[in-house]
Amino acid sequence: MGGNHYLPLTDEDRREMLKVIGVDSIDDLFSDIPAEVRLKRDLDLPPAMSELEAVKHLNSLAAKNKHLNSCTSFMGAGVYDHFIPSVIKHITGRSEFYTSYTPYQPEISQGILQAIFEYQTMICQLTGMDVANASMYDGGTAVAEGAVMGCGATRRSKALVSKSVSPFYRAVLKNYFNSRGLELEEIPIKEGFTDFSKLEEMIDDQVASVILQQPNFFGLVEDLDGVADLVHNHKAALVMSVDPLSLPVLKAPADYGADIVVGEGQALGVPPSFGGPLLGIMAARSKFVRQLPGRIAGETVDSEGNRGFVLTLQTREQHIRREKASSNICSNEALVALAAAVYMASMGPQGMREVAEQCAQKAAYAFEKITALDGFEAAFKGHNFKEFAVKVPGKPEDLNQKLLQKDILGGVDIAPFYPELEQTMLFAVTEKRTREEIDTLVRELEGWK
Amino acid sequence: MRKAKALLFEMGRPGRQGYSLPSNDVPEKSLEELLPKKMLRQEPLELPELSEVEVIRHYTELSTRNFGVDTGFYPLGSCTMKYNPKVNEDVAALPGFALMHPCQPEETVQGALELYYNMEQHLKELTGMDRFTMQPSAGAHGELTGLMVIQAYHRNRGDHDRNKVLIPVTAHGTNPATVTMAGYEVIQIPADERGNVDLEALKEVVDETTSALMLTNPSTLGLFEEEIVEMAKVVHDAGALLYYDGANLNAIMGYARPGDMGFDVVHLNIHKTLSTPHGGGGPGSGPVGVKERLIPYLPVPLVDKKEDRFYFDYDLPDSIGKVQSFYGNFGVVVKAYNYVCMMGGAGLKQVSTDAVLNSNYLASLLQKTYFIPYDRIRKHEFVVSAKPEKKKGAGAGDIAKALLDRGFHPPTVYFPLIVDEALMTEPNDTESKETLDDYARAMEEIARDIEEDAEKVAAGPYHTVGGRLDEVRAARSPVLRWQKE
Repeated sequence: MGGNHYLPLTDEDRREMLKVIGVDSIDDLFSDIPAEVRLKRDLDLPPAMSELEAVKHLNSLAAKNKHLNSCTSFMGAGVYDHFIPSVIKHITGRSEFYTSYTPYQPEISQGILQAIFEYQTMICQLTGMDVANASMYDGGTAVAEGAVMGCGATRRSKALVSKSVSPFYRAVLKNYFNSRGLELEEIPIKEGFTDFSKLEEMIDDQVASVILQQPNFFGLVEDLDGVADLVHNHKAALVMSVDPLSLPVLKAPADYGADIVVGEGQALGVPPSFGGPLLGIMAARSKFVRQLPGRIAGETVDSEGNRGFVLTLQTREQHIRREKASSNICSNEALVALAAAVYMASMGPQGMREVAEQCAQKAAYAFEKITALDGFEAAFKGHNFKEFAVKVPGKPEDLNQKLLQKDILGGVDIAPFYPELEQTMLFAVTEKRTREEIDTLVRELEGWK
Repeated sequence: MRKAKALLFEMGRPGRQGYSLPSNDVPEKSLEELLPKKMLRQEPLELPELSEVEVIRHYTELSTRNFGVDTGFYPLGSCTMKYNPKVNEDVAALPGFALMHPCQPEETVQGALELYYNMEQHLKELTGMDRFTMQPSAGAHGELTGLMVIQAYHRNRGDHDRNKVLIPVTAHGTNPATVTMAGYEVIQIPADERGNVDLEALKEVVDETTSALMLTNPSTLGLFEEEIVEMAKVVHDAGALLYYDGANLNAIMGYARPGDMGFDVVHLNIHKTLSTPHGGGGPGSGPVGVKERLIPYLPVPLVDKKEDRFYFDYDLPDSIGKVQSFYGNFGVVVKAYNYVCMMGGAGLKQVSTDAVLNSNYLASLLQKTYFIPYDRIRKHEFVVSAKPEKKKGAGAGDIAKALLDRGFHPPTVYFPLIVDEALMTEPNDTESKETLDDYARAMEEIARDIEEDAEKVAAGPYHTVGGRLDEVRAARSPVLRWQKE
């Protein structure tokens, strides 16, 4: 039988302890539970497994799944198959980090606090923003909280979101806004890009946040010059969702005039884990700092005058500010943020740029080859970063079935999210893909009807 | 005391590198050929330039300046810092779990769906609820999801005037902020002299504008709500729903189930009750369970089974939609599932038995020296009030620092707000009697030290990496990132 090795009390201990408490039996300790709600039978759960049996069972479940080591993946849509340096798991696997709680006691939490402070700094360096928080749950919740934050900062209750923002994020955003009684409108797209003439018509002095994504869901780099001026003329906040791994080569959100930057940080050395845990990135201009949700590490000094770090500006937070807090977030994704920090520290400016460049070049190579095939054509005209949409001659589901037989995870079918874009697939190509793997994909696509 | 550790940005040299990548094997094109210049980064990216050895030594040094459950006793009340079984980490890291893309075709993720399906069955049995979603990423996220579901239920019935949520003063700390996030008004309910929710006060405020009562049971005082049956009736009679904050479910597994107490919605903090690590702040996981009549409003997709095949069910027209981009923190659920497999039903009941035994035992030891209000049988935690010590010159926060010097992580301080100078203490199930005895001795010593020289205690800690950190200064003149000079 398993489990007992986690419970150190012996029956002898238990007897002695009951005596000290001054009760006769364990049942006395549960006598405060009213009889009518007590469970009068054993829990009906499978019998306890030993460690060995549990590992076998979990292995048998894992063996039923295909994954990025057993397949060549061209899937993206917000979660990507990037290279993960080995150092990351060795650092996040240090139990002083992973078995600690939120650093409420700074004197014995300097390790994670300094790591968060460094993470915040590197997110600022990537995005060009002034401040970043310690993390949100994922890209979708970061987008939603960023939009809500704009409402808090402007004391308005309406947001406009481009339809080129990930449908996964918009689903979360919609739900957050609906629940809170905030108004949300979608800015239409035109040939894959946000229709900025529509934005001009829609924006007014009621709008708090305008939410855009760069590169957008279709992998296209949007032309955002001048958009911030339009947004700021109406005293609204520009919220930009970004892929942090595009920023070593793409223009920084700060340079577009973004006020709040959010995004999915999984590309920074984090395994995809079937969509969680992921990493919500959140950064902003300093004037928004009091509206930022979540934990923030700040520098201070100790009683000897030495530099040290604490969780700070806690008057924004749920445990102090209660119902007036900027968010209810408590647990975040600290360990994932640590992974991202180790990634950025390991790759450095050179490595991150090299990764981003290889993504762009390999995606361009794959795009060229695929769209040259009979029946396959580019869904949109524009400039892509590491992902692109292709119109395919048949059902995406069938195509993916065929590819699976060659252990290729094909593209994401986007018709469920954009019914007007039938038979359109989104392919992502990261630095991990080799020319040979891309050529194999192209060969498999060729001649498929 | 040790010197401050250099920041990453103060280390390294230009040109140093800590990575290797294969060279590009597709025809080289310059970025300018691929993208218009105006879309490219203007200033070169500034990040530290370090070798792999420097990176490893930096973070290894930082890890030695951090205290985890593996370091020592961590009685952080309502946060349930129990031991995190190592094998959970191994199974969650299996490529067949950790390296799955969320958009993979269903037939390539059957094992993952089966795990979700099994876990749902286990959580239903553990709580007495009818269906679960694993989508919320943490406890507070589960609270928000639960309230969204309740809101959708009322709205769908055309019941639009329920704009208030009732919260006892003994509730889990995140509740009030969650209520605001969901667009509701918070109404606070006082406690009675036994520490229970004041039933008369509840009866007075509950009405046709009440959407729900959010209850943490056992409460953050570590007390089981003795009038739970009557409370449920009062709430339901008014047409409102009963929400169970599962922060403290670890006290009653196998003894009682929220579903049998009349709760309509529960969330669990599986990173507490079911042993997954807290990662220095996260990731957590906050599954939400509901009774039959609320199933239609759960987030999509649910995981279901037809014959031998598992699938995602998106066919919930009244669903609130999504609360996370994909299916929640799967990697965390894997760990909790492995734990449930290893413990079984009897094991989980023993977990609650030992958590409650440890709590009552430690309270009995501390009661000799400290004031613990609400003197009755407790569940998994108890709250010491250091009000008498505060009068002598050293309060809850100072006692916490004195515990650091003795190698213990302190309890949660200054919460719940209902107790002055609170030290919310949760010893949990994975601690031995010897550890509790040591802790009690340390607390007695601290009480003696306060008696002798409170000022000295209030100036601690003395044996940590650095001295007490100036939190006021950090908040008054915020330095939130490193800047090049």
